[in-house]
Amino acid sequence: MKADETLDCIGLYCPMPIAHTASKLKELEKGQVLEVLADDEGIKEDMPAWCKVTGNDLLGIEEEAGQYKVYVRKSE
Amino acid sequence: MPEKVTLVVFSGDLDKALAAFNIAIGAASMGMEVSMFFTFWGLNVIKRNQGSVKSKGIMRRMLNFMNRGGSKRLHLSKFHMLGMGTRMMKRLMKDVNSPQLEELISMAKGMGVKFIACTTSMGIMGIGKEAFIPEVDSFAGVATYLAEAREGKVNLFV
Repeated sequence: MKADETLDCIGLYCPMPIAHTASKLKELEKGQVLEVLADDEGIKEDMPAWCKVTGNDLLGIEEEAGQYKVYVRKSE
Repeated sequence: MPEKVTLVVFSGDLDKALAAFNIAIGAASMGMEVSMFFTFWGLNVIKRNQGSVKSKGIMRRMLNFMNRGGSKRLHLSKFHMLGMGTRMMKRLMKDVNSPQLEELISMAKGMGVKFIACTTSMGIMGIGKEAFIPEVDSFAGVATYLAEAREGKVNLFV
């Protein structure tokens, strides 16, 4: 999936990945896509929950060898 | 109107303070308005680490000597083991890049989390405003807490 920016959260545990996602997304324009790299499995449940509450779009989660690529589109 | 979250931080244990700040940061990053009320032993979490805490009277002076507080002096609620257990836990956290309490406090502050210190506990224990870190927004009582909590959907007691 193509993203406008990438945020590296490898090695970070909850709540850091969503906290960093929240601040990073503030820098993006509406409609732009952020790719979040993470290796804390909690992200699989947390990012959908975060998106649901904040109203941003979760485009998908790709998993490969214990690492996750999460795509979030800024919609607010 | 953003959703409101309130946390009563009653405990002065390191592990519980970490949990409280993790929740506060999570809520703030989800766009919620977060207030943390520090009361009783919880005041220790937001005391400054430097200098001494001054108070009047022998009993209060003794209490504040034994209960000095400050984010760097907190103990684990379990396995403190004269400091050894707490030091080990801090090391384990560092090993996995988990932020220490001081970093969580400044991060929460940077995200707009409000810190409120309980004046009743301060009065009982004989501690003044100067005992606290500058990040504390206000000094108030239970009515302030309840006024916010009644608007909150998530109100936690830690």
